[in-house]
Order: sequence, then structure tokens, then C-alpha cells
Amino acid sequence: MWRIRHFEERVGVLKRADQVYGLIHLSVGQEGVAAPVCTQLRDDDPVYSGHRAHGHALAKGAPVWKVLAELMGRDGGLCRGLGGSMHLVDVEHGFMGATGVVGGNIPMALGSALARRLRGGDQVAVVFFGDGAVQAGHFNESVNLATLWGLPLILVCENNGFAEFTPRSAHTNVERVSDVVAPYELERETVDGNDVLAVWEAFGRFLSAARSGSGPFLLECLTYRLRGHYEGDPVAYREAISKDDWQEKDPILRLQRHGVSEGWFSEEDAAAVERESLAELEEAEKRASDSPFPDDAVPAELVYA
Amino acid sequence: MPETTYVKAINAAMARAMRDDERVFVLGEDVAEGGPYTTTAGLAEEFGTERVINTPISESAIAGVAIGAAQSGMRPILEIMFIDFITLALDQVVNQAAKAHFMSGGQLTVPMVLRTQGGAGTRGAAQHSQSLEAWLTHIPGLKVVMPSTAADAGGLLASAIEDPNPVVFIENKTLYFKREEVPDEIKQVPIARARVLREGGDVTIVALSRLVGDAVAAAERLASEGVQAEVIDPRTLVPLDLDTIVRSVEKTNRLVIAHEAVEHGGFGAEIAAEVQAVAFDHLDAPIERVGAPFTPVPLSPPLEDAYIPGADDIVAAVRATL
Repeated sequence: MWRIRHFEERVGVLKRADQVYGLIHLSVGQEGVAAPVCTQLRDDDPVYSGHRAHGHALAKGAPVWKVLAELMGRDGGLCRGLGGSMHLVDVEHGFMGATGVVGGNIPMALGSALARRLRGGDQVAVVFFGDGAVQAGHFNESVNLATLWGLPLILVCENNGFAEFTPRSAHTNVERVSDVVAPYELERETVDGNDVLAVWEAFGRFLSAARSGSGPFLLECLTYRLRGHYEGDPVAYREAISKDDWQEKDPILRLQRHGVSEGWFSEEDAAAVERESLAELEEAEKRASDSPFPDDAVPAELVYA
Repeated sequence: MPETTYVKAINAAMARAMRDDERVFVLGEDVAEGGPYTTTAGLAEEFGTERVINTPISESAIAGVAIGAAQSGMRPILEIMFIDFITLALDQVVNQAAKAHFMSGGQLTVPMVLRTQGGAGTRGAAQHSQSLEAWLTHIPGLKVVMPSTAADAGGLLASAIEDPNPVVFIENKTLYFKREEVPDEIKQVPIARARVLREGGDVTIVALSRLVGDAVAAAERLASEGVQAEVIDPRTLVPLDLDTIVRSVEKTNRLVIAHEAVEHGGFGAEIAAEVQAVAFDHLDAPIERVGAPFTPVPLSPPLEDAYIPGADDIVAAVRATL
């Protein structure tokens, strides 16, 4: 989680310095979902994500320097600099792709789950999306199909309460995403997405059921987007959270406090993890910056397989 | 030579691919029941409903399902029942399928076929009769195939299923049940290869899909007047076999392009632009285009009949170039 936190904060700085390009959506504050979900998965479990995808890619195992190089538009990036922040893909680690069109990833994850059924195997498809995607038609089409076909798919909704600049209450009368899907009778749960252990436990339960072929499942994680919708968003539509409130809510600090009090690790251990993630990031940034921009011929070579 | 139909050739190509490759499966609305034109008739009986999957009326989701399955090692054949409904699937087709290979730096491939059918002539009115191929040809990453005969439909579908890219395969509903003599075994037809149906030295007629038959009829009529037309069916719009067309224009010095789609913004404009860019000095007359007028397809039979371009329009266009 420190890896994601420091990565995202550094990307914010690099965005202001015009060293990463495009529309950048940071997941600072939402690390408590990406980490406990992705670290329970295998490389061959396909994960799909949306426009706020850096944390999911990193948690699924994408090398830090390659993610950063992609944001910098470099040839060494995950996608050779052709995709960027909203289109990260790392097939080797089963990160099958982020999409910049809200909700467009959900039917593709379903297709991946269908492929698993047709081929045999025990892979579980997972798709991350925000609460904003739930109002899109393809979400509802996909939930209908997933339940009709009973596919091993886990829908992970990061409900941060805001669809871009607008609070959920202005877009729908249904407060909880888990209630939206209630008529389909799929197994679902809403958890505090800033409570890493709650996410770990609920997702783990769904995962072991999906591994043996059941599904679909929906895990709604109530979380908090500390930054704006995108880097540069002045966030005029909501009040900033107070420092004290955030200390209380921060999924990383919460887990650290809990872990120390349970005797799982010491404060020094936690600080060492944070330091290591910073050192790793520094190294990654150097390597990413050293990577050249792609050759002019690359785009035309990659239109068709 | 045995007789077959366009629809039977398509059906047989799918069945053969499903027998040869267990990754191939079919999904779409009513496909397990054969669909409204019997294109998938009998497939569910032979391969089971696990591989011939009926879906709800959810074009966006089923397009996404096909893409996700293709990215995960399968070879889906997605049927969008009428091309008019592709509007509902365009996010998936345009933003996802077409771009996945590119945006992932080559990591992902989407080996899927999107079969659909278009065209007027069945009193289907404005939402079940369109010819929308030009939209799809505008998207880098998609291949667009539009066969006009049973042999080409079967042969090109086999190639489309083998292709590692998303291929939009556009059939024409009025061609489905026309009888045609074919060889015992329909041979695979490569994508991106045009076919010269009739040779001639006076004018080149490039025609798409249903208008290919009209172009041949027009050429026969013109021959009786002493005008020898060369008729070319590109068969694949993207990638376009421009060389075959240009070689013909260099010989005939005249070009007529005919399609059923609305002329304005139709694929004929692209062919005309590409030909004049490389063969301007060979042209003895402005390139003529034949296409539908700039209105939606009307229901009323006399109006619809007048709307659809045909052999008369092609003959008139050829005369304009002489």
C-alpha cells in the first residue's frame, strides 16, 4: 500500500512538472481496496480496471518503473508508451487492462470469465469499477448476464461517493451499489473499503467460492478519494477532509495501528516498509526517465496483430 | 457443380471452424434458434448451447463478452442481428476491440469476428435496413469484410475466424437465399484481396456487396452497346486491395464506384480519393459514385424501391464517364 501511496503522490508531482502525460486519476486514499484484492490473486487470474487504475496494476504485480514509464510515454512503459494512465495492461501479471470509458471493462471481464468456463480451469476474473459506472447501461447488462450464466466473476466496486465531480445522491436514488443488484440475487457485501482486513476477509471468501466455479459476486468497498477526480481538478464541489479525520480514515495508517497493537509487526517494521517503497520508487523513476520515447514507426506497426 | 446459398455457405464456414478449433464459439441474440435468417441453424444441435450461446438483447455487454473471451484465448463469433443495432455495441467495438492491441503495446490481441447484416429491400424501414460499413472503415484496428457471393462469404468467413484481429463481417440480407453454383469444397478466400468478376477495357466499376450483382448486370447491358466494363468487388474494405483497382483504372481510365450505402460520406468517397491520389494522370473523366440518396430508408414499397441504387444508376454513371 505504501508502494501505491508514494507512487500516486509522486505522479501528482510529476504531473505538475509536465513529466507524465494525459488525464491522470490518482487513487490516493483508496489503497485499502487494491492491495487486499490483488495480492490474493494469481498471475493467471484476469483483472480489469477503469480510469483510476495505477494502484490495481501495481498491486497485481506490474513493475513500478514500467507503470511510471508508461505514464511518461516511454518505450519501456508497460504498453510502450502507447496507452498511458487510463490504458495500463500487463498481461504477464494478469492485468488485462484498464479502460478510459467508464464501465466498458465490466463486460470484458465477464468474457474472460466465460472463456475460463469454456476452456476449463480455475481462474477467477475480477473487475474494479467506481460507483459512477453503476448507472451505465453496460453495468446492468453485464450483471444480468453474469448472474444468468453463473460465471466466476467478482465485481469490486470502489464506492468513493463521487462520480467525477458529482455526489452519488445527485445521480441515483439508490445509495448502496449492493442494493442496485439486489433483484439479481447474487451474493454481495458492502464493507468499509478503508479497512484492509475487512476487504481482505470478504474478498477472500468470494475468491475461494469463485475458484471452485461459483459466481458472480459483488464486493462494494466504501472508500474515500483523497484527491480530485483528475490531477488539476480544483475540487470545488466538496469540502476538504480535516487532517485529523484523515488520520483516522487512512487505510494504511489504520492497518499499521492495528498491526502494531496486535503485535504483528513493530512501528519500526512499518516505517522500514515505507522507506523501502520510497527507495524503490526513486530507482523506478530513474529507470523510467532513462527510457527513450518510442520510435515514430511504432504506432503503425501495432494497429494490427 | 453443387448449388448453395450465401446463408448456407456462412453456416457451413462456422460449423467447419467449430469442428476444427474448439476455441471457436458463437454468441448472439437467438443464435441457438438459428436467428431470423437461419445463419446459425443447426449449430446448437451439433455443438451444444455451451458453444452456441443465446444472449439477451444486450449488444454492448455481449460485444464486451466477445472481446474479453478473445483476449483470454477464445475465438468468438459474435452476431449482431442487424447492423442497425451495432450502434449499441460501438463503445466496445470502437474503443475496446479496435484499440486493445495498439494500446497495450502489442500485448493483447482480439481474434474475434463480429458478424452482422445490413441492406434495404425487405421493407424493414429506417432502423432495419441501413448500410453502415463506412463508420467501421474509419476505425484503425478493425478489418471490414463485405462479401457479395456465397463462395466469398464462406471463404472469407473462414479467413476472418483465423485472423488475429477483430473482423467486422457484413452480410447482406437480400443475398442470403440466392442460389449459386459453388465448387464441392468452398475454398478459403484471403482477406484484403479484391476479385475481378468481369474484364473490360473501357471503364472500371467497383461495387460492394449487393451492388456487385447490379454492376455485372449493368456491364452486360453496356456490352450490348459496345462498352466493355471491368467489374471489381473489393470484398474487403479494410485493408483495401487498392492495387487491383488502380491497375484496372490505368487500363480503362474511367472509374465508377457503386454501393448501397448513402453516397454522402460513403466508402466510395475513400476509394475515389485513394485512386485519384495515385492514378490522377490516368483518369479521363471525373470519378462517378453511385449510392443511396441522403435520406433514411423509407418503408413505402415504391419509395424503398426507388431509394436502393441498382443497375440503371450504374449504367447512367458509366455513361457520364464516357
